[in-house]
Amino acid sequence: MKIIVCVKQVPDTSGKVAVNPDGTLNRASMQTITNPDDLNAVEAALALKDTTGCQVVVVSMGPPPAEGMLREVLARGADEAYLVSAREFGGSDTFATSQIIAAAIHRIGVGEGDIVLCGRQAIDGDTAQVGPQIAEKLHIPQVSYVADIQMDGSTVTCKRILEDGYMTVRTQTPCLLTCIKELNTPRYMSVPGIVGCYDKPLTVLNYEALKDEPLIEVDTIGLAGSPTNILTSFTPPQKGAGMMLEGDGKETCEKLAGLLADKHII
Amino acid sequence: MPYTDFALDRQHEMLRSMYREFAETEVKPLAAEIDETERFPMETVEKMAKLGMMGIYFPKEYGGAGADVLAYVMAIEELSKVCGTTGVVLSGHTSLCCAPIFENGTEEQKKKYLPRLCSGEWIGAFGLTEPNAGTDASGQQTTAVLDGDHYVLNGSKIFITNAGVANVFVVFAMTDPSQGNHGISAFIVERTFPGFSVGKPEKKMGIRGSSTCELIFEDCIVPKENLLGRENKGFKLAMCTLDGGRIGIAAQALGIGEGALDETIAYTKERVQFHRRLSQFQNTQFQIADMAAHLQAAQYLVYAAACKKGQHLPYSADAAMAKLVAAETASDVTRRCVQLFGGYGYTREYPVERMMRDAKITEIYEGTSEVMRMVIASSLKVN
Repeated sequence: MKIIVCVKQVPDTSGKVAVNPDGTLNRASMQTITNPDDLNAVEAALALKDTTGCQVVVVSMGPPPAEGMLREVLARGADEAYLVSAREFGGSDTFATSQIIAAAIHRIGVGEGDIVLCGRQAIDGDTAQVGPQIAEKLHIPQVSYVADIQMDGSTVTCKRILEDGYMTVRTQTPCLLTCIKELNTPRYMSVPGIVGCYDKPLTVLNYEALKDEPLIEVDTIGLAGSPTNILTSFTPPQKGAGMMLEGDGKETCEKLAGLLADKHII
Repeated sequence: MPYTDFALDRQHEMLRSMYREFAETEVKPLAAEIDETERFPMETVEKMAKLGMMGIYFPKEYGGAGADVLAYVMAIEELSKVCGTTGVVLSGHTSLCCAPIFENGTEEQKKKYLPRLCSGEWIGAFGLTEPNAGTDASGQQTTAVLDGDHYVLNGSKIFITNAGVANVFVVFAMTDPSQGNHGISAFIVERTFPGFSVGKPEKKMGIRGSSTCELIFEDCIVPKENLLGRENKGFKLAMCTLDGGRIGIAAQALGIGEGALDETIAYTKERVQFHRRLSQFQNTQFQIADMAAHLQAAQYLVYAAACKKGQHLPYSADAAMAKLVAAETASDVTRRCVQLFGGYGYTREYPVERMMRDAKITEIYEGTSEVMRMVIASSLKVN
């Protein structure tokens, strides 16, 4: 059994987001962190490793400095890392990215008993598309917004969180799950983990390594393979704090009407 | 790592990042409470143990994390930025108990004690100071008499860091009182040995969450195989141990000063008087610039001493310089920080008054600043 975890290096949203003239992110000018939801996926994998002894393989697509982030994930306890990195892959949108990562996972191998874990979404794009697209392209079942994972042989039972409740979904391995922050609390890197993280295998999968994968074509990767065009990107304004009105129905309605009247809404 | 290019390598940066996240998330929220209630933060020790922080620079074969001395002092620095107590808990355990056993112990002693200490299952402490043997450590009155297959210890030790919670103590006693310094021996004493007990905790000005107590030996039976190092060679062992310990305390002082400066920078950017933020006044800027410069100088001394120890180079004077400068800087910086906070700084609403109280001890324990000057002058053959 192995668990493949997809992680992404993202701009630290507490810093300023810079954009290139072509609309892609100017990563070089920003502080980077590991995407928070991806750390929940890593933790889920490591927790399964703690109980089953399975292998944890981490995969990221990004520029060469993303190796630093992969080393940090290895320092948390992952066993092996793959960095999918090539000029040909640059400028990929979610469609092209999932095409490339699915090819990389296919190359690593995903079979009976294996699970692919992704974070729900990355904080730089908030699309939540890459994980599900990878599952589609690998032709494996998927469960999104997972807040609990129970394993029983090759059966995986997940709690899938919805806006107004949750579903319990049972599926079979191999499958892909996208993880939300309610799933767990990510562990820290450990001192021995950091000491040993550069001794663990990290393989760079470049265009040459993946070009024979069926999913990789010149017109399915990079900017040319990306149907999305980014016109602009921006940090959305913070929502104001909400206000809870206490009291019985009539009282709160009167308070609410008064507040709306004060703001000249009614 | 050689600390010559004034830049940390990637692994030390990762360690700092991990220590900082841990300190901010797990240690900082407890700091005011454990100071107020004088409570030992056992839950923090348990968390540090899980992360391999209780044996950072010892080899993996003895249960350590296999990192280096610089990685260890960075841990104390980051912990002490938010909590001086937690910094000294780790320093006392590592520098004063694990280190002398690792550096002087027999293979059997190392295999028996280090895995339990490095895993955090056991906490370590060190007992040298006595009521009449402070800076003059040669005035030991605790005695150890060989009786068949064991030594019998009688006497007491005071001001012992971690004493209330420790399972293992490196203790010094006179085996040949006629020889003065050359009649002192070191022993590994377990808390459960017959005739050993721990006295009441001291009421302290700072580092109030740390456990500081008396050790009492009443016909305490210590197996002969628990002699640490050679008989009558304990004084040198104690001095060498304190050389290493001083780097830990220097790192604690450095962290306390840095933590106070961080708090003060944030405060002066928010606090408005005379329609201007405090940070806009030149006095504030100059004070902060002075403090930052002195703290960076202290950091270089601390890291250099740590790297020399890690590379097995002579470091006694380096450790003394690091502790002297870091401790006096910490006291000066925290006092200035309280001043910049004004009345609020004097209250327990803000952490700088605690940091000022915590800083003072770094000028006293594991050798006072005056002793540091003696060590430095001696290294320069000024006598």
